[in-house]
Amino acid sequence: MTILQTQALTRKFGQTTAVDAMTISVERGEVFGLLGPNGAGKTTAIKMLITLLPPTSGTAQVAGFDINRNAGKVRRVIGYVPQMISVDPSLSGYENLLIIAKLYDIPRHERGPRVSEALALVDLTDEAAKLVRQYSGGMIRRLEIAQSTLHRPPVLFLDEPTVGLDPIARQAVWKHIERLRGDFGITIFLTTHNMEEAESLCSRVAIMHRGKIVIDDSPERLKASIGGHQPTLGDVFVYYAGDTLDSGGSYRETSKGRRAARRLG
Amino acid sequence: MRLQKEDALPGGLADSSILVPTNPFAMVAAFVRKTLAITELEVRKLRHDPTELITRAIQPALWLLLFGAVFARARIIPTGGVPYLDFMAPGILGQSALFVSIFYGVAVIWERDMGITSKFLVSPTPRSAIVLGKALSAGIRSLSQAVIIYLLALVLGVKLNWHPLALAGVLLVVVLGAELFSTFSLIIACLVKTRERFMGIGQILTMPLFFASNAIYPISLMPGWLQAISHLNPLSYQVDALRALMLPNGVSNFGLAVDICVLLGATVVLVLIGARLYPRVVI
Repeated sequence: MTILQTQALTRKFGQTTAVDAMTISVERGEVFGLLGPNGAGKTTAIKMLITLLPPTSGTAQVAGFDINRNAGKVRRVIGYVPQMISVDPSLSGYENLLIIAKLYDIPRHERGPRVSEALALVDLTDEAAKLVRQYSGGMIRRLEIAQSTLHRPPVLFLDEPTVGLDPIARQAVWKHIERLRGDFGITIFLTTHNMEEAESLCSRVAIMHRGKIVIDDSPERLKASIGGHQPTLGDVFVYYAGDTLDSGGSYRETSKGRRAARRLG
Repeated sequence: MRLQKEDALPGGLADSSILVPTNPFAMVAAFVRKTLAITELEVRKLRHDPTELITRAIQPALWLLLFGAVFARARIIPTGGVPYLDFMAPGILGQSALFVSIFYGVAVIWERDMGITSKFLVSPTPRSAIVLGKALSAGIRSLSQAVIIYLLALVLGVKLNWHPLALAGVLLVVVLGAELFSTFSLIIACLVKTRERFMGIGQILTMPLFFASNAIYPISLMPGWLQAISHLNPLSYQVDALRALMLPNGVSNFGLAVDICVLLGATVVLVLIGARLYPRVVI
């Protein structure tokens, strides 16, 4: 069953086409990875799918709702963890989740148990009362995952979920993402340029280059498609997106990525 | 309040316990609940770190103790028989709330840079509830300044009206003014988008708003063109209302109802504009 599909989804900024006629479909329960170098258009694509940015043309449906016509309903069926930190450092972990529970219309009698359950799921029960500014980068990401799934969305969007994390924290975040898919059947749409992350998490990947989807398949088939001796997903990435030295994104994107890495690191 | 269970979620993953408001009353209740949730977030932050409330005391104290003391002695500003410090105290309350609220947009840009704004915008929260909730929190923050001004006024021997209705009116007017100017600030932040540009514009705005008002001298002292501008300045209406409510036998020049209607009307218009512009801050 298809849970997310796009039809020629396009976004232009002036003369620049950030996302160029993106057409993809994601099946329910998949972990779909949108891969590409910095500045390829991944974040712009995700921003359109989560209704933060209106497309210039084309459209998409998420869990049956059109992003142009039913943006309000789309917001009810998605969770989103941005690349930057989306929890408030001046509040405790518990308070961050409590406010979100109110914004998502979770009934009063269920808020407490639901927040406690979400904190337990990401192993943060003992840290619930601490201010988020005292959390480590890995704990912040786990709290954000709890926050974004508090309303039990069928589709979860993760924008560079482990950027700036050390290998141990990264493994912990991967474990939780895998659990969301395995135990709760949540469909996960993530962007990354970390090939190890894509290889260990994604059941399907699409490689984006200069706003266009250049290839879309399972990691195994993609590796087989380029030939050679035991190719890695990194080889696939370079094969399809590594033809230029001018990638790397805009100043704003670079600065955003580095700020996130610094805050989480 | 009648709520209906969400039936739109597909594929057996529906969260049947979430209640989605579908009738007008439930929608209004949800709007109020979410507005208050945004305000609660800000109030909880203040509870964890109330130093901001203390630092807010410094500026009004300096105005009353230094500027006020000098001009009270000089007796060059005609105040209609009211001692100058008494005349000035309501003006300094309006001014100090303005000076803090007008820089509220910096927090909006910081939240955008952090990623917090995106979190609110992808939630099913009406944009106007986010903007109004933030405005209300600015109003609550400004109440600390009312307490400070009243304490300073007591120390300086300013005669105040302690009637409970007058005190309630002062709180209302202070909150309304802070809501108005903080939303104005949010709108500027949504348009200029960077801290550097915002700080420049904030500096440019505060002085004209302050000096083209009746905060420290009566409008009748101004040249005609400035009088016209001061009549368009919401701070004039806020200070006019505060003077009527804070001082014994205080009189409103515009009429208290006019003052409150101007403040309320301007706040509503600005919240609607802010709600329209707020999503742009992340683009």
